[in-house]
Amino acid sequence: MILTRENILNFVITAGLILVPIYAVIVEEPFTITLATRAVIFSLAAVGLNIALGLGGMVSLGHAVFFGLGGYTMGILAFHAQSYIPLFEWPILIEGTKQMLVVWPLAMIISAIAAFVIGLLSLRTGGVYFIMITLAFGQMFFFFSISWSAYGGEDGLSIYVRNQFPLVNTLVPIQFYAICLAILMLALWINARLAKSSFGLALSAARQNTERVRNVGLDPTSIKLVAFVISGAITGLAGALFADLNRFVSPTMFSWQLSGEIMVFIIIGGIGRLYGPVLGAIIFVTLEHFLGGISEYWLVFLGLLLLLIVLFSRGGLVGLLVGRERVHE
Amino acid sequence: MNKTILKTYNLTKNFGALRASDKISIDLRVGEIHGLIGPNGAGKTTLIAQIMGGLKPDSGLIEFDGTDITSFTTESRAQAGLGRTFQISQLAMDQTVLQNVVLGTVGERGGVWNFWRPVLAIQELRERAMESLSDVGLADKAATPVSELSHGGRRQLEVAIALTLNPKAFVMDEPMAGLGSDGSKKMTIFLDNLRTRAPILLVEHDMEAVFALSDRISVLVSGMVIATGSVDQIRNDARVRKAYLGEGS
Repeated sequence: MILTRENILNFVITAGLILVPIYAVIVEEPFTITLATRAVIFSLAAVGLNIALGLGGMVSLGHAVFFGLGGYTMGILAFHAQSYIPLFEWPILIEGTKQMLVVWPLAMIISAIAAFVIGLLSLRTGGVYFIMITLAFGQMFFFFSISWSAYGGEDGLSIYVRNQFPLVNTLVPIQFYAICLAILMLALWINARLAKSSFGLALSAARQNTERVRNVGLDPTSIKLVAFVISGAITGLAGALFADLNRFVSPTMFSWQLSGEIMVFIIIGGIGRLYGPVLGAIIFVTLEHFLGGISEYWLVFLGLLLLLIVLFSRGGLVGLLVGRERVHE
Repeated sequence: MNKTILKTYNLTKNFGALRASDKISIDLRVGEIHGLIGPNGAGKTTLIAQIMGGLKPDSGLIEFDGTDITSFTTESRAQAGLGRTFQISQLAMDQTVLQNVVLGTVGERGGVWNFWRPVLAIQELRERAMESLSDVGLADKAATPVSELSHGGRRQLEVAIALTLNPKAFVMDEPMAGLGSDGSKKMTIFLDNLRTRAPILLVEHDMEAVFALSDRISVLVSGMVIATGSVDQIRNDARVRKAYLGEGS
C-alpha cells in the first residue's frame, strides 16, 4: 500500500478505534465502549450507504429501511427464540434463533431483497425524484412497523439477552465491540476492493456520465441496481448489530431522521471517501454524547458543523485533512 | 461496390409540427468516410441520436451489419459494434484518461461484474487501453485526470474510447469541434487512416476537413437528404449550392 496522507489518516482512525476501547477497559469505563460500539455500527451503516451515494451517486433518503429491516430481522428471530413460539410451523418448522451467524446472513438477504425492489422502482427516476421515492419507501416501512402489533408496534421489541457468537461472550462489552469492529473492517476492505474493480470503475463512471457508460455497451441502470443491493445489505447488517447493541428494536430504526443521520455521517466525513462514513459517525456519536449532555439543542451545533463543511470543504473532513482523492496509482 | 454496414430506411422523426427527420435513407459502406453536412438546424444531431438509440424514430428502419437495430438500446448498439464520439465530450471527468479508456475495454471484453480484482491491474485490459491511447497520441497523458485534460485532448480521448470497442463502424459527431486549425489537421490525418479499420459516418462543420476526408457526402437540409454523392458531385450540385453552400458565398 502506498503511504498517502489519506492512508495515514485511515490508519490513525483505525488505531483509535482499537486503542480507545482498550483504554476504556483498563480504566473501567464500560460506557465509553458502548459509545464506541454505537459509532462503529453507525459507521458500518454509512459505509453501506457510501457505496450507493459516494460511488454510485444515488442519493438515497431511505436507507433506514435496510437498517430497520436488519434490526427487525434480529428482533423477530430473537422474540420467537425467547418466547419459544416458532416463526412458522407450516410447511416446515422454522424457529427463532439467537445465533448471530444465522441472523446476520438473513438480515443481509432480506435487506438485499428490499433494496432490489426499491432500487428497481427508484432507479427509473433520477435526481430529486429518486430522493423522494426512497424517502416514500422509508415512510412506508416506518408506518408498517408502527402498526404491526404482533411485534410491538409503536413500542418496539425488547430482547432479553444479546445474541450469541461461537467462542465469544457477547455480553462482555469489549467482546461485542470486537465483533462489530471486525465486521466494519471487513466491510471497508470489501468497499476498497470494489471501488478499484471493474464494477467500481463502471459504477463511478455511471455516476459521472451515464451516456459514456451506455456507449461502451454497458447498462448503467443494472450496474447501479447491483450497487444499491450491496449497499442495502451492508446497512441491513449494521441494523442487526444495532438491535443487538441496544437489545431493543423499534420503528425509529425505520424513521427518515435515521436515513438523514446516516447521510449526514457521510457528508461530514467525506462523500465517496473510504473512511468518510467512519470519521463522520465517530464525530456524530462524540458530539451527541458531549454536547447532548450540555444541551438538548445540541443538534444546532451539528447543523452548524455540517453547514461549515458543506460550504468550505467538498470532500468533507477527510478532504479537509488530506486533500483531494488521488484518482490514479 | 463495397458492402454496406449501416443503412437507414425512410427514417422520420417529428417534434410536434417540426419534421426533424424526413424519410432519411443513407448508407455507410465498408472502407469509406461518409460525410454528413447541412446548415444549423438541418437535423444532423437528431439523425445521429436515432442511429445511436438516444431517440426513437417515429417510422423507418435502421439496419446495422445485416441486423435491424431500430429497437435496440444504446448499449446493445455499442455491443453490436457501433462506436460513437460526441459533439460535446461525454467522459467521466473525475477519472483519469486511462480509467476512461479501460472502461471501454471492460465494455468490449466483458467482466463488469468483477467486484474484486483491481481493474487497472488486469494486464490485458491495460495493454489494450494503452494501445488505443497510443493510436490517438495520448499515451503520455494516461495518468492525467480528465478534468485537467485540454479540450483537444478530450476529443482525442473520445476517439480512443471508441477504438477500444473494436467497432465495425464509427459515428462521429463533430470530432473537430473546437480543435483549432492545428488540432483539426492532426485529427484529419488520423481519421484518414482510421477508415481502413472501420468506416466512419462523419458529421462535421469544418468543410475543409469534410471535403478532404469524405469518399461520399450527404447533404441534409430541413430534415431531408437533398443530395448524396462524391465530393465533386456535391460541389457541383445546383441544389446543394443553392440550399447550403450558396449561403456562404
